[in-house]
Parts: sequence; C-alpha cells; structure tokens
Amino acid sequence: MSTPAKSPKQLLSWEGAILGLLLLYPLFPMFENLFFGATKRSLGDQLPTVFIFVILAYGLNVVVGYTGLLHMGIAAFFAMGAYVAGVLMTPVFPFQWSFWVALPIGVAVAALFGVLLGTPTLRLRGDYLALVTLGFGEVTKFTLLNLEELTSGTKGLSPVPPPELPYISASLWSDDYRPFYYLTLGFLLVVSLLLRNLERSRLGRAWIALREDELAANCMGLNPGKLKLAAFALGAGIAGLAGVLYATRLTSTANPNAYDFNRSIFMICCLILGGLGSRLGVLVGVMMLVGFDTIVTPIMDTFIQQNVPNSGGKLYLSFTGWRLAIFGMALILMMRFRPEGLIPSSRVKHELHPDEEVTVVVNPVTMGSNTLEVEQLKTGGQRS
Amino acid sequence: MMLLFAQEAAVSSTAMAPWLTQLLQAGLDGLAFGALIALIALGYTMVYGIVELINFAHGDLFMLGGFLALTLFTAIGWKEKADASVLVVVLAVLGVMLVSMIFCAGLNVAVDYFVYKPLRNAPKLAPLVSAIGVSFVFMNAGLFWGGAQDVNFPKLVSSDNLLDKSVGLRLTMQDVLIYSVTIPLMIGLTAFIKYSRLGKAMRATAQNPVAARLMGINTNFIISMTFGIGGALAGAASIIYALNINTISYTMGFQNGIYAFTAAVLGGIGRIPGAVLGGLLIGLVRSLGSTYVGEKWVGVLIFGILIVILVFRPTGLLGSPTREKV
Repeated sequence: MSTPAKSPKQLLSWEGAILGLLLLYPLFPMFENLFFGATKRSLGDQLPTVFIFVILAYGLNVVVGYTGLLHMGIAAFFAMGAYVAGVLMTPVFPFQWSFWVALPIGVAVAALFGVLLGTPTLRLRGDYLALVTLGFGEVTKFTLLNLEELTSGTKGLSPVPPPELPYISASLWSDDYRPFYYLTLGFLLVVSLLLRNLERSRLGRAWIALREDELAANCMGLNPGKLKLAAFALGAGIAGLAGVLYATRLTSTANPNAYDFNRSIFMICCLILGGLGSRLGVLVGVMMLVGFDTIVTPIMDTFIQQNVPNSGGKLYLSFTGWRLAIFGMALILMMRFRPEGLIPSSRVKHELHPDEEVTVVVNPVTMGSNTLEVEQLKTGGQRS
Repeated sequence: MMLLFAQEAAVSSTAMAPWLTQLLQAGLDGLAFGALIALIALGYTMVYGIVELINFAHGDLFMLGGFLALTLFTAIGWKEKADASVLVVVLAVLGVMLVSMIFCAGLNVAVDYFVYKPLRNAPKLAPLVSAIGVSFVFMNAGLFWGGAQDVNFPKLVSSDNLLDKSVGLRLTMQDVLIYSVTIPLMIGLTAFIKYSRLGKAMRATAQNPVAARLMGINTNFIISMTFGIGGALAGAASIIYALNINTISYTMGFQNGIYAFTAAVLGGIGRIPGAVLGGLLIGLVRSLGSTYVGEKWVGVLIFGILIVILVFRPTGLLGSPTREKV
C-alpha cells in the first residue's frame, strides 16, 4: 500500500506547531517576564513538569487511546521509573549510576512489569481489566510504602542528582530552568515522533483495529493477545521514562502516595478531556488540567482571598476545595456530551461525524457489547 | 454459624491457649467487619448484575450516608454521646438509619437517572468513567460536609465486652449491632428477590433486559429500583460503620468501597449470596491479615486477592461461567 503524498497541512500539524513554539519559548525572556508579572510564578519552571506528564499521558494513550483498554494503574509504572532512578542514582545505595544508565533501566523495568501484569490479565474483559490494573497500582503503592529498607517509606529516596551533560554543571541544573526545560522537551519530542510513526505503522493500525472490533480484528488474522501485550509494555515503558524524568526533576522520588490511584485517574481525565487516541488532544488535555492545578487554582485562590471577606479557612470559598468536583463534573459531562474529547483524533472524529450527516441504525440487542467506536458512532449519529 | 461455633468453643474451654484466643478473636472481629462489608457489597453486586456497571460511586455514597447520620445526631444534640434511655437511643438510631437509607436510595436513583441512564447504550467504559466522576463529586461534597480531617462520630453504642472475662474473647454491643442490622436486611433482601413479583422482574431484567422488556417488564423502573435498594443498603451500612468505628472521613468511601467491591467479585459479581460470602471472607482476611501479617500489608493482601480472583476465576466463588456477548 503506498501512502498518499502528504499535503503541506499534514506536514505542519498543530502538535508540531505547539512543540515548536515551546522549543522557542526560552529564547524570548519577555514572555517569561510577562507571565511572572501576571502570576508571580515562573512558567519555565512549571513547564518541565507539564512535559513529563504529557509523556506519561502519551504512554497511557497507547493503552487506552489506541488499543482501547482502560488502564487505571499507570501511576504504578510511573512510580517504578522514579524508584529505579532513586535506587540507582541516589547516594543512599552504592550504585550512584549516571542518569543515562538509569534511564534505559527504568524504562526496561517498567516495561517488564507491564508484560508481567499483562500476560495473565489481558484476556479479561474491559471492566475487569480496569480493576486489575487499579489493584496493581494500589499494590505497588502499598509495597513501596512498606518496603522501607528499599524505598525509605514516605520519605522517599533523595537526592537524585541531575543528568550529566557536557558544558552543564550541577549548579546550572538547579539555578536555571532551561536545562531541564530542554531535557524534558527533548524527550517529549522523541516520544511524540515515535508515536506519530507508530500510529501509522502496521502495529499502530492493528491496535486501532483491535479497539474498533476485537473479534473482527482476530478474524483478519491479528493476534489480540500479542498486540495488547505490546501496547501494555510500550505504555508502561513510556510511563517508566516519565518516572525517571520526574524523579530527576524533583531530585527525589517523593512520597509513594504521589503515585496513587488519584494520579492514574488524573491522567485518564487528561486523556478523556483532550481526546482519546489523539496526540494533540492529549497534549492539550494535560496542559489544561495541569495548568488548572498549578496556574489557575493558585491565581483564583489569591483572588478570592483578596476580594471575599472572611474567606480564610473556609474550604468552599477556595478554588482548591472544588478541585475534585470540577474534575468529576468534567468526566461526567465529557462522557455525556462529547465522548470523543475536545480535540478528537481525525479518525475518531471522522467515524463519529463523517460530513456531519450519518444515520446509523444499531441493533439494540448487539449494542450492549460492541466495542468503543461502534457505539460512539451510534451516539454520535443520533446526536448530529 | 461460625460465630456460634466460636462462642461455643470459647465457653467450653475455660482456659484457652493464647494462640487459639488470638485466632478466635481475629475471626470474631473479621466476621463483624465482613458482615458490614457484605452490606456494601450487595449494592455493587445488584447494580452490576442488572446494568453491568461497576458503580464506582457506591463507596462514596456510603460515606455521604455517614455524614448525614452525623448531622442528624448533632441536630438532636448528641455530639459526644447520648444522654437518654436505651430505648430512646435505639429508636433514634433506627430513625436516623431510616432517613439515611432513604437519602442514599434517593441520591443513587437520581444519579442513575441523570448520569448513567443517558449512557445506557454507550460503550461500557463510558458509564464506568462517569461513575468515577460521580465518585469525585461525592467526595468533594463529603469534604465540604465534614472537612478534610477525620470527624468524631457520637459514641452511642458501648464498646464494653459482653462476654465474661474468663472467656478471654471480646464481643461488644457494637458487633451485636452489626449483626442485628445486617442479618435481617440480608434475609429480607433475599426473600424479596426470591419471592416477590418485583424481585422476579429484577432477576428477569438481570438475565436478559431485552427479553424482560418484551415480557412487559418496565426495565427502566427495575433499574431505578435496583439503584435505590443498593443505595438504601449503603445508607444502613454507613450508620452502623460509623457507630462501630466512631470516626468518619470523606475518604472512607474509597477504601471501604474497594473492600466491598473485592468482596462482590470474590463471591461472584451479580450474585447476592456471593456478595455475603465474599464480604465475610474479606472481613476475615482483613482481620487475620492484620493480626498475623501486619496491618500495613492488609491493603496489599486485599488488592492481591482482587487480582488473583479476577485472573484465575473471574466468575468468583459462586458465579457460573458466562461468556462475553459478541
């Protein structure tokens, strides 16, 4: 099959444009100053964390978005990456290896656990698989909390040294935001390119076929077990990469409670808000939700404190207090009114609204158990 | 049964070996907690049996019921403990339990109507994600209601040992309260589902919604009713939990919800006797686990059981194998 020639529009995708602009951001300190003047926060300091979460969300997107398996324990693999970095890099243990050695090991360990978890569980149906992954996430968290000899319990492992790079001294890593900014953005670009190519490869198309209709895909000669396992391993590996970066960025593995169910659900919220399976959507979803947490909420909190009398100490008069409700309502409303996400992938969008006029008659008997897309097609068809 | 056995064993041997006392005590505590978990698990299993939805918000509904009970008791003026005769306390607890049950039932029905019902024909994961959303909203409501810290619940039921000191075991009024609420409710529910007309309709809807509709059953009403009954059981569970533990917090829904869900899966999700059996087993695992393995490993143990059961016997202990419809 020959791929059609790319139009210029395809070459300059929105995702590429956003990432390109981010690449240029540190070159123009005026934006940084402008933002700092408005919010008293350095955007450049916040962005590396956002990039790490985008990488994590991309990893989750391989499992949930492409392959259609609801994975509710991605934080476990994130934690594994972070703790491998913690064990191999901190002075707590005799290894003290370099970041560049710990990174591939972290990815490999996470991917290995992805395979170990996936091998027995992937034949389970959707909602049971979701629970197994949830259970795995919690078991990992509790184990990290309890194995104090290895993980230092709630204290976490620290200090994780910065990566070794020529011309960049250790003090520069901590004083200037730019080394981490470019390091994390670089990894994000690599992951993004990898996934862009993967989406169009045989494997990526097979995943999407599996998501659409597992039975049909199986009949066409695809091996669902192997494909799901590959998605699980890749997703876990990318999450492990994000974990190594996260620990390096924080210079500590943090408390194991940072890798709990809420983290996993937060990532799922990002995916659903942005658009499952859509890289641009995931990017925007993470930026919106992390931005909400780290930028909007503090600004609104200070605003309320300054303008509403006697608001101190009252939870419902702070923006932070409404965080859970806002996230919850976002999930409910998105599922109800826009299940494809704010910026759906073109494939999903086309299936949901081909030229905005589609009348699909779906048999109510078979409807109950078809896969994601077919049924979204139905709801989409009815709505438009 | 096991309770009676334990008591008999306790009575017959006046001086038991310490290890036996420890084992029996852990068993007794486990059964009481398990009965409570079973009550919550019933709500999961009934809803799952009928709409195949893992109602993630069920645990948090249970939590809201606890806060309502606290508010009601505070309104009566019983903040620390009751200063009234036993009869008044019993009546008040019953009354508050009834209000809490109605509240939870109504809330669950309303959530079903506004959130899950429009998604009835959507892919299965859509209502599951919505349920997580509802759970967050409930948690936030609990946060506003009771604050971020643990809240003390009035100590209305004594925790004095009812058994003679020579026995060496502890069985408190709080444990008796659990049994005296859970056992009648479970028997009533079983009888309702087995013998009443509506119960029959529920079973039919669970088996095949389309065929049930063709037979003239108003399946939407049946689904609402299932949510209502499940919610009512959570409301009842919440107040006996609060009277037993004496502290409540807005996060108690998640953990107990997961315990209850594990119980439902362990027993065979969709099966009512399964939820009861699973609940008792989970209670025993929790209590024996914290006695012999260590309290901090209980979470790992319970989630480990959840994973192992789902992987090796997804139908649970009492479930019959079903194949995913294609």
